[in-house]
Amino acid sequence: MKPEFTITVYTENQIGLLNRIAIIFSRRKINIESLNTSPSEIDSVHRFTIVINETEDVVRKLCRQIEKQVDVLKAYFNNNDEIIWQELALYKVPTDVIAEKVKVERLLREYGARAVAIRKDYIVFETSGHREEIEALIKALEPYGLIEFVRSARVAIIKDSMGFHEKLKEFESEEPGANVIENEFLDKQDEVFSM
Amino acid sequence: MSTLELTAEKVSAKKTENISGSEAVLKALIAENVETIFGYPGGAIMPIYDALYDYQDRLQHILVRHEQGAIHAAQGFARTSGKTGVVFATSGPGATNLVTGLADAMIDSTPVVCVTGQVFAHLLGTDAFQETDVINITTPVTKWNYQVTDANEIPAVLAKAFYIAKSGRPGPVLIDITKNAQLQKFDYSGYTPCTHIRSYRPKPIVRKKYVEQAAALINAAEKPFVIFGQGVILGKAEKEFKKFIEKSGIPAAWTILGMSAIPTDHPLAVGMLGMHGNYGPNVLTNECDVLIAIGMRFDDRVTGRLDKYAKQAKVIHLDIDPAEIDKNVKATVSVWGDCKETLPLLTESIEKKTYPQWLERFKEFQKEEEETCIIPELNPTSDVLTMGEVIKLLNELTKGEAVIVTDVGQHQMVACRYAKYNQSRSNVTSGGLGTMGFALPAAIGAKFGAADRVVVAIIGDGGFQMTLQELGTIMQSNVDVKIIILNNNFLGMVRQWQQLFHEKRYSFVDITSPDFVTVAKGYHIEGQKVSKREDLMNALSTMLNHKGAFLLEVMVGKENNVFPMVPQGCSVAEIRLK
Repeated sequence: MKPEFTITVYTENQIGLLNRIAIIFSRRKINIESLNTSPSEIDSVHRFTIVINETEDVVRKLCRQIEKQVDVLKAYFNNNDEIIWQELALYKVPTDVIAEKVKVERLLREYGARAVAIRKDYIVFETSGHREEIEALIKALEPYGLIEFVRSARVAIIKDSMGFHEKLKEFESEEPGANVIENEFLDKQDEVFSM
Repeated sequence: MSTLELTAEKVSAKKTENISGSEAVLKALIAENVETIFGYPGGAIMPIYDALYDYQDRLQHILVRHEQGAIHAAQGFARTSGKTGVVFATSGPGATNLVTGLADAMIDSTPVVCVTGQVFAHLLGTDAFQETDVINITTPVTKWNYQVTDANEIPAVLAKAFYIAKSGRPGPVLIDITKNAQLQKFDYSGYTPCTHIRSYRPKPIVRKKYVEQAAALINAAEKPFVIFGQGVILGKAEKEFKKFIEKSGIPAAWTILGMSAIPTDHPLAVGMLGMHGNYGPNVLTNECDVLIAIGMRFDDRVTGRLDKYAKQAKVIHLDIDPAEIDKNVKATVSVWGDCKETLPLLTESIEKKTYPQWLERFKEFQKEEEETCIIPELNPTSDVLTMGEVIKLLNELTKGEAVIVTDVGQHQMVACRYAKYNQSRSNVTSGGLGTMGFALPAAIGAKFGAADRVVVAIIGDGGFQMTLQELGTIMQSNVDVKIIILNNNFLGMVRQWQQLFHEKRYSFVDITSPDFVTVAKGYHIEGQKVSKREDLMNALSTMLNHKGAFLLEVMVGKENNVFPMVPQGCSVAEIRLK
């Protein structure tokens, strides 16, 4: 199994850019495991979080191809030790079975879950965390008739990132400084604080 | 999009006039010093063509016969002129016909701006007449594309288009404008060229540290070897490059697109790289100790088998595009930047040297290649004409001053192997994409890009039949291009491979041709057909002395092969001479 990398891309908010980024992967027959688009810490800047399983060499090349796109400000890639990440999941289960057979309070505490909707016919639980935690709750709920399950894409924060505010100023100036060019987090792996 | 908004705000203080989106397109072209447009009208681009009717005194429009012809012409124009080629096409089929040319321009880094018409914005996504999703179709083959649905965006978007197409590593840009935006009247406040986009850095910042590291490697080298590509031409760095090799004394070989950046007879020029390149440059790639790659991208046709490519050498890679660094060949030192800037810095930091013994090695290989490949091709002993002797005579007549446009296949390799060039921007060919049908329309554009130069298109019998409708363009616009068809009655390159690697199973390469001279005559283009050696020289001079277009068909050997050849899957050192 190739290692998991999380690619973080800061972009302009431009129609068609999602396609432009997606085809960089599909052209090379690389599967995107998870993709999330969201606002970033800066108003006008969008943030893509993409998870793929590939070798570091391939991921570095992909990032350069992504960064080459005119509307992309910056692309970073990180392994799982270098990021804090979460996925969110929703589980719909039948109320009668759950109420009767499960110690709901314990379940919620054990899996860090909470009930976001409680109806006569069903309950929706929510949890967030790493893949294993989310899957553990599926296993726990499956015996009681899991009706529906959905998991979100990964969102991730780069541990060593100082955010994009300062960098954006450089991008906006006509003569950007040298450090807008490289994926600086790569050169500083030893300094990355790990939990 | 904030960049556009900023620009719009900046200019809003100026005086405005009420014009249509279409007129704004034409004003943008004029502001960008565009003189020639290659195009074809149609329903969705009619408002722009209507506006063009009043601008004929300021903008020359060349009506092609197929949109593919328009974009190849724009490419030819860009390659000889160093300016950006401009194309107009309508929506749907007009736009999809551009795709081959966009892909060609993308892979060969040619600056082109295409303006396509699109259906009314309210019809987008309704499968309207001549509607296609042009933006998504062209995304993989454009450097940037954008759909305009509001005329107010037009000046800033076109400014961006021209800036992106031409700056950094050039490439094609497509702007799709819905019909309502073309018709819409808006307050036009003038045209401001784009000089900066915050998310786009066309030129990496040159780091002196790496230039110094590169210089140290070069100074310590005993067998250094320079390989260069079109980056030198695109960066307009021919002089800087010449200074660099002359001070360093390093032998230099070109990729097919780097050709003509230095005169082919320069004492340090050792020939062409790649599958059908010269013997020495290929073999010695695997013998040099420092390989200096300048403005080239290590295409597989250049490297052959990658895991056996220059493994012994330290590699210095100068390129403007960071994505090219380490893409195919790992660089020991990478110098990111425009070679117009990096080469002078490098030249400054290196010692003046010569490598007589090393250069002698190239000459030894050259001698062997001459005996086995070159002399039989250029001075054949049989009565059958070769492609090479046509090029040799052409060299004698044009003295290396002509622009030579080639199509794709055997004739292309022979022309690129044997043509002589004295000045840059003289070789126009479809390198990366290998687009058959490229040459005839590209030659038309090349002539508009270099009006005072002789333009000779060299085309095979197969490729010519792919875009021969552009003879109509040559006729209508009186384009003075000389066309040489090297006719071997075969799709020669594929036939050569079938002979060498598929036991002569000639599967569908036996192509018949019309009487090309008669076809040309139908377009009122003079022509001549030659199949005897004694007629060749006269025919070539007749062609070159003729005022206006001329088609010369030369019947050449049916089963001649192009050698040397690096067979696919082999290393450059395993190049075959026969």
